[in-house]
Amino acid sequence: MKKVEIDAKGMHYTPLNKMIREAVKNGAKEIILDNVIGQRFIADGLKGDVTIRINGVAGGDLGMFMNGPTCIVNGNCDHAPGNTMDGGTIVIHGSAGDAVAHSMRGGKLFVEKNIGYRGGIHMKQYEEDRRPALVVGGASHAFLGEYMAGGLIIVLGIGQENPVMDRGIGSGIHGGMIVIRGEVKDELLGVGARKMEFGEKELEMITPYVEEFCKHFDTEPSGLLDTNYTCIVPASTRPFAGKYTWE
Amino acid sequence: MCGIIGVIDRKRALMDGSSIRDALSLMNERGSGEGAGYAAYGIYPDFQDCYAIHVFFDNLVEPKSRVDHMLHKWGRIVHQEAIPTYEQDGLKRSHIPWRYFFKPYSDLMAGSTTPEDDVMKYIVMETNSNIQGALIFSSGKNMGVFKASGWPEDVANFYRIEDYKGYIWLAHNRYPTNTPGWWGGAHPFNLLDWAVVHNGEITSYGTNRRYVESNGYTCSMFTDTEVVAYLFDLLGRRHGLPEDVVVKALAPPFWDEIDNMPEKEQELNHAIRLTYGPALMNGPFAIVVATHEGIVGFTDRIKLRPLVIGENEDRLYISSEEAAIRVMDPEVQNIHMPRAGEPVIGRVIV
Amino acid sequence: MSLGSVPLKYKVTIDREQCMHCMRCINNCSYGVFHREDDRIIIDSRKCTACHHCISMCPRDAISLQERPVDYRSHPLWTAEAREDIINQARTGKIILAGMGNAKPYPVIFDRLVLDACQVTNPSIDPLREPMELRTYIGKKPPRLEIDKKDNGDIEMLTKLTPNLKLETPIMIGHMSYGAISLNAQLSLAKAVEKTGTFMGTGEGGLHEAIYPYQKNMIVQVASGRFGVDINYLERGAAIEIKIGQGAKPGIGGHLPGEKVCQDVSCTRMIPLGSDAISPAPHHDIYSIEDLAQLVRSLKEATEWKKPVFVKIAAVHNAAAIAAGIARSSADAVVIDGFRGGSGATPKVFRDNVGIPIEAAVASVDQKLKDQGIRNKISVIASGGIRNSADIAKSIALGADAVYIGTGALIAMGCRVCGQCYRGMCPWGIATQRQELVDRLDPEIESEHVANLIRSWTLELSELMGAAGINSIESLRSNRSRLRGYMLDEGTLDVLQVKPVGA
Repeated sequence: MKKVEIDAKGMHYTPLNKMIREAVKNGAKEIILDNVIGQRFIADGLKGDVTIRINGVAGGDLGMFMNGPTCIVNGNCDHAPGNTMDGGTIVIHGSAGDAVAHSMRGGKLFVEKNIGYRGGIHMKQYEEDRRPALVVGGASHAFLGEYMAGGLIIVLGIGQENPVMDRGIGSGIHGGMIVIRGEVKDELLGVGARKMEFGEKELEMITPYVEEFCKHFDTEPSGLLDTNYTCIVPASTRPFAGKYTWE
Repeated sequence: MCGIIGVIDRKRALMDGSSIRDALSLMNERGSGEGAGYAAYGIYPDFQDCYAIHVFFDNLVEPKSRVDHMLHKWGRIVHQEAIPTYEQDGLKRSHIPWRYFFKPYSDLMAGSTTPEDDVMKYIVMETNSNIQGALIFSSGKNMGVFKASGWPEDVANFYRIEDYKGYIWLAHNRYPTNTPGWWGGAHPFNLLDWAVVHNGEITSYGTNRRYVESNGYTCSMFTDTEVVAYLFDLLGRRHGLPEDVVVKALAPPFWDEIDNMPEKEQELNHAIRLTYGPALMNGPFAIVVATHEGIVGFTDRIKLRPLVIGENEDRLYISSEEAAIRVMDPEVQNIHMPRAGEPVIGRVIV
Repeated sequence: MSLGSVPLKYKVTIDREQCMHCMRCINNCSYGVFHREDDRIIIDSRKCTACHHCISMCPRDAISLQERPVDYRSHPLWTAEAREDIINQARTGKIILAGMGNAKPYPVIFDRLVLDACQVTNPSIDPLREPMELRTYIGKKPPRLEIDKKDNGDIEMLTKLTPNLKLETPIMIGHMSYGAISLNAQLSLAKAVEKTGTFMGTGEGGLHEAIYPYQKNMIVQVASGRFGVDINYLERGAAIEIKIGQGAKPGIGGHLPGEKVCQDVSCTRMIPLGSDAISPAPHHDIYSIEDLAQLVRSLKEATEWKKPVFVKIAAVHNAAAIAAGIARSSADAVVIDGFRGGSGATPKVFRDNVGIPIEAAVASVDQKLKDQGIRNKISVIASGGIRNSADIAKSIALGADAVYIGTGALIAMGCRVCGQCYRGMCPWGIATQRQELVDRLDPEIESEHVANLIRSWTLELSELMGAAGINSIESLRSNRSRLRGYMLDEGTLDVLQVKPVGA
């Protein structure tokens, strides 16, 4: 297995991405980026089977349009990691900013701690076997899963009393599912979202994601595998169907 | 409309203005007696380090005090005087031609690599747009423009052009359709070292004007020709392009010609057209542009205006008509016509 | 009490003397205006949309159509339309959905601008025998060229050009998505732009496999829903366009109704089958101008800086300053979509009331960019309500590099601007996904019609330029001294920087 190490210190993202692409082209299976400090667009549009370990703070749009690779960030992420991502995995050992997994269409994104506003906004699924998933270990801010058109968001709330305390959960949701640890107040739900009972079937569905989360962050899943979750789904697949009259 | 002629002595041998006056007069059929002018390089050897500023004042009171004031702010007036003139029956005196020999302070124009030129350019633009009754029509070093409304010989005699000796002369005989009788509308047009004579009409004026204006020039002469001076200043001085490349930008080859060029040449011409599209000059024109380094003559891309070249040892002549050249130099050799858009360049060699 | 019915919008009649009972009208009308009872063709005028499909197919010219056969009491303020909208909303409590562009009778600035021609002082140019250059490059231009002239006269270029799109004519086709229009319609447009050496937009509908052969002529759109956007899509396009707004509905997003999201549309857009396809109003990764720059650069980075990136905005009041911000973002072109721009479905109140005309927007954008010395950083594409070659010439003279046409290209394929696109029943096979209707549109034939339109306008543009003594499109661009305003107010003339006629 070919391993490539790149010192990203002081480097602009364009030459950095060029080096990453070059390494992937030359068959690298593991790329280590040291001293990353805010470089945006790491692995943007990248295809292939490679694991990129990012040591430092990754800038915005990590793994945007990415299809295939795995990015492991040892540090926090700026906004929108996994933006319009198609496939592959992002694992963040830390927290991430706003619009995490924006329009993500495939692959998995694990955040150890917290995410900002509009997490999982407009995630969507169009093929049965390609379900995008966002798993957050800690808490999320407002507008979680807004306009969601498929996929799965899980907020585990580890160490949190109320993992989602802000409004607008699932506004305009018309596909997919949001699962939040514990109770969620009704008034926090956005227009077009409704609660659904979280039972054994749902638990079975989320179990592999929770287990994978725990594997990435080296924790024990057993305390998380019960039915103490709130499940939020679309009230309709046509949230705006009744909004208009014809001229 | 209009007749033009230019000459350079490549070894900087001086010529007085009498023969170009006669040559220009020969082309009187091309003019209408409402404008003529001359530009000459090398005429002020005693003040060669100063900008020679030629101004038309409507009176010497209000406008002049404002120009004096501005010059004092931006530099030092080394000498000033009325330009000597001599009444002509056929010429109505509308302005008082004045000249300053001026040295700008070089530390006043922040961020410029050519601060003195930029101060001078600023003064020209400011005066011509904002000081009523004053028009700077010449602003180069050791050179000067002499122009007025009238027939070429009257204008020449008004300034006694034969008293000036230069190694480059340009002259222009005007047939105006716009601003007849306005001295400022006569050619040559000048900015800093650049002087331009032009026969024709630039149909792309609106485009060219907006381009030079977005680069800090102000078009204040109500005529299309002044943009040529500004385009040469912008591309030649500020962008540092050689004259042949400037001409390629103003009158470029057609795309189908570019498509058939060898790769490197194609790449260059492609880049010129992309970069300088708004500088492309359209419509009929024959133009001669001068600086201290030489003259360059060229026409529009489909040769809608005439241009004739002649040579005699160190002298290069460019004119609308061959006869005008022969009046200046009966021994002229190698008379020929350049191809459309192809620059004819006469450069000083000493 | 019931509000009752409102009068007919259109009245359809058949000249029974002419009619030969071929029943084509019945088959042609997808709205069900005609049906057969025994030997007689019965007409239900209330269903008519004035799409003219029956009229165009009637072999005997037997069908007539009259608009508003019933008069209201005339009133300058309470027009029939105002009254009927109120009745509609009183019944439904909903937003009125409409199609096509702005339908209010605002004055058309294009129609109050006149072009110049040469007389005496310079010669007209005859495009038949003299070169006429319409070739247009869309993209960034360097502010200046840096070269190194060697002693032997060789010139080496130090400036590196960034990728530009090369157009043989300054006419492109704007973005109309697969989903909003049919695959056959999109295919026809694609074939037409390939034939004429220009480009078209995909809209936010993804790139269907059938369009792949024309991908080198396609500008792939990235809009707020990110429909159909993946790395392969970005790599296929000749250029990428970020859609921020649309002239027909500035400030709001779009919804493709779930019934239009069939299997094929679902796969192409990469969205769930049968769900509404929702494009939110803003991009949720763009809440400020620096975020736009980030999206532009993320697209460039994903495609290794090989593709020009366009940004399309609706012409709103502050369009000039917004465009100046876009010019600083690494984007290569800004598309300004005027308030007459078309749309398949748009709330009527937006269509008719929000935004500004393209003429004013282009003029002010061009000027603002010049004032800031950054006009070279970005190409300007005018769009929204361009009806003929004169509109194109005027747009370019006001400062545009090229134009997008939309409705014009649809009319070339049959569209009669009935404005019912959102119903998905387009009898011309354009704005529909119903296979039997889509099949009516033959891409071989319609692509030729669209190509003909582009060719005609290109020819006319050459003639107009030749008459003005201009043989290269660069010299028409922003050449406002070749325009005059006729009966335009001083304020508008000032914005357009055009003199009045006679001046």
